[in-house]
Amino acid sequence: MSFFSALWKIVSTQSLYESMFRFTTFLTFAAAGEWVAEKAGTLNISVEAMLLCGAYATAVGSDLTHSTFGGLCCGALAGLVVAALQANLSHRLTANPFVVGLTLNVLAAGLTAFLDAEFKNNARKAAVIRVPLLHRIPGVGTALFANPWPAYLIYAIVPGVGWLVHRTRWGLEVRSVGENPQAADVSGIHVNKRRRQAIYVCGITSGLGGAYLILGLVNLFTRDMTGGQGFIAIAAVIFGGWTLRGAVAGCLVFGTAEALASVVPNLGYRLSPELLSSFPYVLTLFVMLFFARRTRQPASLARPFVRGLT
Amino acid sequence: MSTTIAEASSIDASVDRTVRRSAVVFTLGLYTASIVGALTISAILVSVTGGSWRAVFTALLDGSIRSAGAWGLTLDALAPLLVVAVGTVITTKAGLTNIGQEGQLLIGAGCAAFIATKLGGPGGVTVIVALIAAMFGGALWAGIAAVLRYWRGIPEVISTLLLVFIANQVINIGLKYRGLLLDTDRTNGNQNNVGTLLGPARRLPHLSLFGNQFSIGVLLALLVAVLVATALARTVFGFRLRMLGMNPRAAQRAGVPAVLAGATALMLCGAFAGLAGGMLLTSGPGYRITTGFSRSFGWDGLLVALVARDRPLLAIPAAFAFACLRTGGGFLSSAGVAGDIVDVVKALLVLALLLPPAVLFVRDRRRAQRRASEAT
Repeated sequence: MSFFSALWKIVSTQSLYESMFRFTTFLTFAAAGEWVAEKAGTLNISVEAMLLCGAYATAVGSDLTHSTFGGLCCGALAGLVVAALQANLSHRLTANPFVVGLTLNVLAAGLTAFLDAEFKNNARKAAVIRVPLLHRIPGVGTALFANPWPAYLIYAIVPGVGWLVHRTRWGLEVRSVGENPQAADVSGIHVNKRRRQAIYVCGITSGLGGAYLILGLVNLFTRDMTGGQGFIAIAAVIFGGWTLRGAVAGCLVFGTAEALASVVPNLGYRLSPELLSSFPYVLTLFVMLFFARRTRQPASLARPFVRGLT
Repeated sequence: MSTTIAEASSIDASVDRTVRRSAVVFTLGLYTASIVGALTISAILVSVTGGSWRAVFTALLDGSIRSAGAWGLTLDALAPLLVVAVGTVITTKAGLTNIGQEGQLLIGAGCAAFIATKLGGPGGVTVIVALIAAMFGGALWAGIAAVLRYWRGIPEVISTLLLVFIANQVINIGLKYRGLLLDTDRTNGNQNNVGTLLGPARRLPHLSLFGNQFSIGVLLALLVAVLVATALARTVFGFRLRMLGMNPRAAQRAGVPAVLAGATALMLCGAFAGLAGGMLLTSGPGYRITTGFSRSFGWDGLLVALVARDRPLLAIPAAFAFACLRTGGGFLSSAGVAGDIVDVVKALLVLALLLPPAVLFVRDRRRAQRRASEAT
């Protein structure tokens, strides 16, 4: 009985829904872009670097331009810069994409920590937009309808990338490049160009994710503040079986786990933080293990393309 | 007639030689330029933030080699890096991408800590058993990825990466219970996430040379590098692995057991990463496992392997350079510069060493294409 009362107490906590929405939104920014990149057949593991650079650039940019919008643009731009490095090194100069990604993660962590230690900055806070009436819904109202404005961008980004990949010619080409690059190449599609562009999309959305982290959630840059969330976003895409819907669902599941980890201890209950933080990865592995036959990854995922060699 | 052919071929050979020499000069120039470029960017970064790059360089040199006892510490840092890198070379040669050394190292260290603190018996034997347990632990952790790869077709890149984060939490859970890893000495002030201190008999012996102390793990690491280099170059197993890496289909036709060889390569890599973890634990300076124990030795070892371009012996100087950056980084605060610049330098160096072969590859392909279009 006490279990159910505890469960009820947790479920009826408003802050749980708020942090659930926050974590999920933050992950979804990165996962939406990563989904596009993986659709193009490139397993982009520099998401972490994009998020971190996006967050730092937003903190500095919003301080310098005195506007949250300026900060947001800086964040997206920083994500794009990381993406440009990743894309051109791995899909123009044919360096190993994982090597490049890992190195960029090290570089981003070191660079932002170094710059942060040298220049302190005051990030600005984004204004909270309350949707009239709806935010008064008990329980989930404030979580869904009273958020800092960058959070609402997610409602444009998710359908946006979905439309881009499934409803445009560019998206068709991106998907073909992820499935069968040789065939795509023969039919006149520039394989590595499409892959680079997909990584750029990932850079922009992840940069926006970093911006949301600063402007909407934390308002202060601290070193290594993304703490592996980029990897969770990658796990979410894999968890979702390379569908956009699945990726968002993965973000929701993992975001909920993170929200529980942060809210439940405050209510006086004990939940193993170790189990909760390893949960996304364990779950992803299990999903891959048991649903590997049902979901299908892009056939050429993580296979570099060089004409005539592969 | 025969003389003209001989003359022609000798002319050809000399032309060939000059072409080859200019190619070597070009390659060397490219490498030099990109390394200098990376260092210049780092120097500019330091100057922009108001530091002095000369001071940074001096601090790095002092911290890693010049000051008293420094190079002993650098060698101690070299050993795990080298072992991880050498293990990585094995998987890369087999055409697999293992990026989970960090996790394998942690699990190895955890196993070693468990054995070294729980097992009775004479110290020397315990250390050896602990190191073997570390190898088993690392191999097991990589073995999970191997099973997923060959049973379910899950790319080993993804599974090894995910397993890193799980390994972190496995160690954290172990550090919660006294029966596993948590400090059994209740008089110790700090009782949170700290493992039991290894007794003096359960540490790797240290050698003393010119006032510098380093553990015999260094010699072990060098031995491992030489052994792996020989095994890859001169044994049937090494030949099969390289064959598998170069052309899996041809290798299978030639009778290489792809699953067995690939899984062995992955598990060997895990075993070496685990060994590195065990060495890190038993050669100090902490002598106990804690959260964040690995201090990204696994990731760095992976980068060393990349810098060494998958040659085990070339990994020795590469690991030395990375170890210097590591030990020198601690001295940077004396130069008034944040130690994080070391990570920047490291990453830029890796990118710089990544660039020349890529540029050469692209250039050669362009040339070949041009030649082909001229021929038609």
